[in-house]
Amino acid sequence: MQTELWNDAAGGFHPVSAPDFLPEARLQEVQLRRLRAVVGRAYAHVPLFRQRMEGLGLTPEAIGGLADIAKLPFTVKTDLRDTYPFGLFASPMGDVVRLHASSGTTGKPIVVAYTREDVDVWAEVMARTFAACGLHRGDILQNAFGYGLFTGGLGAHYGAEALGATVIPVSGGNTERQIMVLKDFGVSALCCTPSYFVHLIERAREVGVDLRELPLRVGVFGAEPWSDAMRAHIEAEAGVKAYDIYGLSEIIGPGVASECAVQEGLHVFEDHFYPEIIDPETCQPLPDGAEGELVLTTLSKKAMPMIRYRTRDITRIISEPCACGRSLRRIRRIGRRSDDMIIIRGVNVFPSQIEAALLEVEGTLPHYQIILTRERGLDQIAVEVEVTAEVFSDKIRALEAVRARLAQAIEHICGIRVDLRLVEPRTIARSEGKARRVIDQRNI
Amino acid sequence: MKLQQLSLFLENRPGRLGAPLEAIAAEGINLMTLSLADTAQFGILRLIVREWERAKQVLEHAGWVVNLTEVVAVDVPDRPGGLAEVLRVLESAGLNIEYMYAFSLRRGDKAILIFRFEDPDPAIDVLKTAGLHIVDAEELFSHFP
Repeated sequence: MQTELWNDAAGGFHPVSAPDFLPEARLQEVQLRRLRAVVGRAYAHVPLFRQRMEGLGLTPEAIGGLADIAKLPFTVKTDLRDTYPFGLFASPMGDVVRLHASSGTTGKPIVVAYTREDVDVWAEVMARTFAACGLHRGDILQNAFGYGLFTGGLGAHYGAEALGATVIPVSGGNTERQIMVLKDFGVSALCCTPSYFVHLIERAREVGVDLRELPLRVGVFGAEPWSDAMRAHIEAEAGVKAYDIYGLSEIIGPGVASECAVQEGLHVFEDHFYPEIIDPETCQPLPDGAEGELVLTTLSKKAMPMIRYRTRDITRIISEPCACGRSLRRIRRIGRRSDDMIIIRGVNVFPSQIEAALLEVEGTLPHYQIILTRERGLDQIAVEVEVTAEVFSDKIRALEAVRARLAQAIEHICGIRVDLRLVEPRTIARSEGKARRVIDQRNI
Repeated sequence: MKLQQLSLFLENRPGRLGAPLEAIAAEGINLMTLSLADTAQFGILRLIVREWERAKQVLEHAGWVVNLTEVVAVDVPDRPGGLAEVLRVLESAGLNIEYMYAFSLRRGDKAILIFRFEDPDPAIDVLKTAGLHIVDAEELFSHFP
């Protein structure tokens, strides 16, 4: 029974997945050994970390057990910006074999570095990710994550190769070509952002290609939060099993956590990335099971160790055993980020709430965008929703009713009245990477 | 007896009407008639074309959401009270008109009006029983070159 869950069609799990099944005591032993090493390394080579440790009167010897991690100072995104570009590196450039950078929506991007060893660890955790999603040697993976400064493309590429799958490095964009490759190359698995895949499904339908009739079996999606309803839509429209994976450039890129066949949370590859949950307001650690902000420590990173990095992602740790047999703890699927929160006229609104309201009315998720403006000192929120074939009618009255229902659902869930605008299909910009849901035009 | 009408969603801002019309013109598809219903924020463009299947395909391929509805074309006497007579027939049968618009084509002493009913079939029966002439697609398009 257990074998079925983590095995795949090739029979037997890939040896790369072995650390997923370490007994708890053995896992904690590995974690502690690596934690002490990485704290020592950061202390010795990263001036900012050393200063903060000294400010707290700490040395690496303060780490006696895993619980002592709570004594250590946090690292936040602005630390990467403030030390731009290379200030947090713990390795000389001679040992750094790769740089990536995040797009950065405001100001400068953040730069991350990898040694040869880091690249190998990354390939390992991504191979474990794909294995957990049911991929194996013989699978043909269309990698539609962007190749380049973004970590998604190359991270997935190395991982799939390490697993022994066949990788098609098609990268993001050029949807017509994606559809051609899907059709012609016998692709069995595809990875990209979930919003791009929804766009791909839409485009395939327009050009008369039914993805359900292709050999495509598995979709591996990450780099942005997506709802369960969006998963149901993808699975029904494309005839795939859709898996959620999690990662962030600051930690390594994709490969921090992945769903397994059970799909009740994402296993954190905690032999390399140690997870904690904290209260985002008080910064106090919370027990497993409590909801809060995810904090990650890279246990084996060489070029750029991250100690207690605040991800801003809101989730909780599931420590109960998983039916798949993996001993790695899980995190619940991430629905929101603490910095996605929009404060409008004193009300806290999350894009995921707006999404839930739109889904409730339409049944599937339409393309939408939230636009914030300020008129005479007062914040205004508009939600633009593309008209879909499902809700479109030749009658004005019917469309007005759809508009009213959408606005009411949002008001009901978020407690705020929005200016709801129906817009023409394909007028909201499609992203080939992460979807940009909120356009803030307020000058605050 | 029924005509196929295509409807498109348009945002109510300058230039939006031209794009779909150009898209079908580029395919050499001639418009029989159209009607535009609008609110402050959006509008619905309704089109009657002979080659509605091709027009629908062209518009959908270009990204528009296209709705297909059956409507009824009725010959209405082109004199004072002509339309009122037709409406009386529908009213006495308890039939509700969702919307209506005039066809751009006129034939002798008749004007053609397009009616949208929730259910067109009972309306056609009522109109025919009252002696009114329903114009079907073949007859309608035979007037165009």
